[in-house]
Amino acid sequence: MTLDFASQADYLLALLPEIVLSLWAMLVLMVDVFQKGNRVEASRPVVAWLSLAGLVVTAAANGWLLTIEEAAVTGMVAVDSFRVFVNFIVLIAAALAILISIGYLDRRGINRGEFYALLLFATVGMMLLGAARDLILLFLALELMSVALYVLVGFDRRDPRSSEGALKYFLLGSFSSGFLLYGIALVFGSARSTNLSAIVPLLPSLQESPMFLIGAGLLLVGLAFKVAVMPFHVWTPDAYDGAPTPVTALMATGVKAAAFAAFIRVFAVGFAGIYNEWSVVLSWLALLTMFGANLIALTQGSVKRMLAYSSIAHAGYLLVAVLAANAYGAAAFLFYLLVYTLMTAGAFGIVIANSRGANELNKLDDYAGFGWREPLLGAVFSIFLLSLAGFPLTGGFIGKLYILRSSLEAGNVELAVSLVLASVISYFYYLRVVVVMYMRPAPAEEANRTVLLTGPGQLAMSVSAVAVLALFFVPGWVLDVAQRSVASLFTVPGTFFGLGP
Amino acid sequence: MLPLNAALFLSAILFAIGTAGVVVRRNAIILFMCIELMLNAANLAFVALSPYAGIDGQVIVFFVIAVAAAEAAVGLAIIIAVFRHAESVDIRNFSLLRW
Amino acid sequence: MLRSYLPLLILLGISAAQAVGMVVVSQVLSPTKWTWVKASPYESGIDPLGSTRERFSVKFYVVAILFIVFDVETVFLIPWAVVMREVGVAGFVAAAMFIFILTVGLIYEWRKGALEWD
Repeated sequence: MTLDFASQADYLLALLPEIVLSLWAMLVLMVDVFQKGNRVEASRPVVAWLSLAGLVVTAAANGWLLTIEEAAVTGMVAVDSFRVFVNFIVLIAAALAILISIGYLDRRGINRGEFYALLLFATVGMMLLGAARDLILLFLALELMSVALYVLVGFDRRDPRSSEGALKYFLLGSFSSGFLLYGIALVFGSARSTNLSAIVPLLPSLQESPMFLIGAGLLLVGLAFKVAVMPFHVWTPDAYDGAPTPVTALMATGVKAAAFAAFIRVFAVGFAGIYNEWSVVLSWLALLTMFGANLIALTQGSVKRMLAYSSIAHAGYLLVAVLAANAYGAAAFLFYLLVYTLMTAGAFGIVIANSRGANELNKLDDYAGFGWREPLLGAVFSIFLLSLAGFPLTGGFIGKLYILRSSLEAGNVELAVSLVLASVISYFYYLRVVVVMYMRPAPAEEANRTVLLTGPGQLAMSVSAVAVLALFFVPGWVLDVAQRSVASLFTVPGTFFGLGP
Repeated sequence: MLPLNAALFLSAILFAIGTAGVVVRRNAIILFMCIELMLNAANLAFVALSPYAGIDGQVIVFFVIAVAAAEAAVGLAIIIAVFRHAESVDIRNFSLLRW
Repeated sequence: MLRSYLPLLILLGISAAQAVGMVVVSQVLSPTKWTWVKASPYESGIDPLGSTRERFSVKFYVVAILFIVFDVETVFLIPWAVVMREVGVAGFVAAAMFIFILTVGLIYEWRKGALEWD
């Protein structure tokens, strides 16, 4: 089927996955408020499973998107396989977040159906963010995602840390939205359109326009805030640390995936004509992020905070892929994003597992002997940490290799070298956790140790770990899908990474 | 009609005031008001530009108003939640989590 | 052409001068004597009770939030109402979707008990 967006009804088809998920989120909300006897009662487990079912249905609708084509690349909503791939990553991230929150919310006494409804609404925002070809849709998607996340971060309102994290995230998040919106206004004024496909042909004439360049710069700042690139990362450790851990997992994976997809659509594809202008700024940000975040992560005593800085550092690696601004880079980006989502959500899942009573134990010392006490979770955690570090035999290694390859292909040798050096720094703090888990004896007091991760969560973690390993041994088909997915954005050269076209 | 430059200049000034306010002030509510000022500066720019750049500019403003309302609802709720713990809305008091 | 606005300008000038003049004259001529009663806020003749810097119940906040949602709704519905005949069925369907979503929100509020004061 081909859509030409001549009639408004075409948008209903182009947005089908998002519409399905929005309706499902409302259904979850209604089911939740109608099944409760009173308003302080905890939600029934069925709400979580219903939300998961919604994600599955949405995934089916998303797969169906592959069968429709757009007549021209001018619609507000992109209907291409890049979007479908990003949607799948976002849906996986949301599903992992829901799976690890089962049981966790009950223990913390915050099992409210709104949690799942908001999580689904945030997911809708992320999916739209990957689809937006119009700056205004981008702004709306970003806000839909952010507003739902502000609430989710502060969801445990009895915990002062959660509220405080939410306040910081909210203030800096809406501050950055202000920049983004003003940037859009300036781009709109100089290009007379907010549609990226209408801006592309005007770029040669806009190159000299200060209004346009300032607008693009403000857009860059706004997006850099959302993907947590240094020095726009100040909210990240606090929001990640304060938020309930399933929300942290979602923020570190889905949000980052969606915002980076928007980055690629706006800068690498839309503003490709002014690559020389933005690439300079972004290169410095990438360098600062890779080294800065890894160095600060070294000093963190809390594993949750360390993982927050690790996710900032990974934003730097992903920026290197964006900066390649070619088909190799975009394919490597999609591949790495998939691995990153699995390993980061997995690592935060293990953070939930190590707990005493209803409280997580985040200190490095609390992990002493964890590997022997919980052999399965310890092994899974080791796989995730090694993959985050980029060790061979894990998907993270292959992902970094592809990013390096695309970066060299684009001639960004300094960035490639920096990525390797920064990874070497990161080995230290990832391996330290593994060493503590296995080498240091557990403290004598072992009472009240619990595993907050219930069966479904543990299963999800194990499957993710297997997937991370599988992506090392058989990366071919995922990469194949990734490179076909970027074909609509970039002209694809003959072969990728030694594989067939 | 009002010259375009004047309107854009005013919007730029409002945006700068909002930004400066966020950087300088320490009361969460005032910070939030400054952020709203930034959004409304952008709104002014959209409206001022719309005679030249197309009617889209005015439509965008509606969406921004809706977004700002949603942000206000959520933001004030978060500020209330924080106030219940800290009995204060001064962001200097919030140091449970290090910056 | 500008000349035809001259009477208007004169009128504006005179009325402004008169307004300012009356305020100034009454300031200068009237006796000023400070008393507690005069300085207290005017509340329709009833004696003020307590300070105005009181904390409000957080319930007012919930009402304010409910108000904002349905307040902003009009921003979208009034432009639609103005051009309702021109935009036809497509516009009606779009507005219906919008109202459907708001209705879901309203049902949620009602079931949550946000519409009750106690």
